[in-house]
Amino acid sequence: MRRFAAVLWRELRLSVRHGSDTLAALLFFLLTAALFPLAIGPAPETLGRIAPGIVWVCALLAALLPLEKLFGADFDDGSLDLLLLSGLPPPAVAIAKAAAHWLVTGLPLLLAAAPLAIMLRMPEAAIPALLLGLLPGTLLLSLPGSTGAALVLGARRSGVLLPLLVLPLTTPVLIFGVAAAEAASAGQSPRPHLLLLAALLAAALSLCPLAAGAALRHAAE
Amino acid sequence: MFARVDASTALAPNPGSPSPGPRTPGRNLHRFANPGRFLRQSGAVLPWLSLAALLFTTTGLVWGLFFAPADWQQGDAVRIIYIHVPAAWLASAGYFALAVCSAVSLIWRHPLADLAAAEIGPVGAGFTALCLATGSLWGRPMWGAWWVWDARLTSVLVLFFLYLGHVALVRAFDDPQRGYRAGAVLALIGVVNLPIIKFSVDWWNTLHQPASILLTGAPTMYLPMLWPLFVSAIGYSLCFAAIVIARTRAAVMERRIRALLMARAEAAQ
Repeated sequence: MRRFAAVLWRELRLSVRHGSDTLAALLFFLLTAALFPLAIGPAPETLGRIAPGIVWVCALLAALLPLEKLFGADFDDGSLDLLLLSGLPPPAVAIAKAAAHWLVTGLPLLLAAAPLAIMLRMPEAAIPALLLGLLPGTLLLSLPGSTGAALVLGARRSGVLLPLLVLPLTTPVLIFGVAAAEAASAGQSPRPHLLLLAALLAAALSLCPLAAGAALRHAAE
Repeated sequence: MFARVDASTALAPNPGSPSPGPRTPGRNLHRFANPGRFLRQSGAVLPWLSLAALLFTTTGLVWGLFFAPADWQQGDAVRIIYIHVPAAWLASAGYFALAVCSAVSLIWRHPLADLAAAEIGPVGAGFTALCLATGSLWGRPMWGAWWVWDARLTSVLVLFFLYLGHVALVRAFDDPQRGYRAGAVLALIGVVNLPIIKFSVDWWNTLHQPASILLTGAPTMYLPMLWPLFVSAIGYSLCFAAIVIARTRAAVMERRIRALLMARAEAAQ
């Protein structure tokens, strides 16, 4: 556990020291979302109806941005080997990395989603459901995302490959997350969709680190 | 470094000698791990398999497209099922085969399973594309739209992207072994999509009709339509197997050629 905390703490300090890299994902999220009112037109009824979709798709794409660096930098300079030799099992390294990715990318996205939803004229009743969906949702982007990042280590054009691997795996998250927000704005209970998201999170939390750990082991061979 | 290891496995001549595999449950698998044995046995089977595949597919398609009865509601448009449904079955079954090969490759480090998995990918993607394209052609007159975002269509589209991701990932590494390992892990993750495809028509209220052919209970299909469907499904499966075996043979031979060239280059030095 001490080793796990040390790895996590190292990741957090690294991302604070590279502050502009860390903020890039958040800026990307806000900027892409701001393009939609310009492209679709500022009519509140249209914008409010598609706002959950905009927020979710932009969060999904923004969460992809820092993934290539997640293991890539450590793989290139050899510190990944040291991490794997530290006695921490590879799945635990993967969990630490995914947790760091969530704290540095997922959580800021979650915090920025509320003001963004208001700017996109989303019905106020739907905003709690959107945020409650994004809470497991951003975690669900970090877990398969870190698995994908571990898989493409050492590949040519890994930056192009990563979205191709991660995006199909995250489609259920997107579907249930948007469904929760839309149910709330239609006056229905978002509860079933949120429970499904929580179920997906439980599955991903147990399976993704195993797959990511296997991929890390193969990458370090 | 890895190419040397491959060279020794790919060039292992021992014809017919029992492989000294460990006494594990995977022992029978190791009998077929010998690429030389695989080349001989598959070379004997492949012509017959290809002939049977051609025969069954042609019979099924001609029967279905020209002689089977038209539907009372859909007219002749129903005939596309003889192309669409077997392609859809093979798309799922192909991914299952890919996952089995991946598991075998991860557990037993079976070199042929690596090659087979790498070759199943593009073939499965092709069948999935055929399934999506024919479904779209049928959807236009029947549903009035080329594409509908219902659960079945979406999950098959995701399957298509999983295949493409696997194809791209396996071929993205300079060291082929890394590609096989990464691809195997990805294929096993993607298996979660198979039950979603299968049950999407039951779990959600989809526009795509639920299954008409069940393992338990009678099919809800007119028998003169069912027979050509079965024949073409057998034909498609044989085609799939024949293409994958032919591609795997080519991959084994490609490896041998590369190993021979490497050996020659090293001898010349």
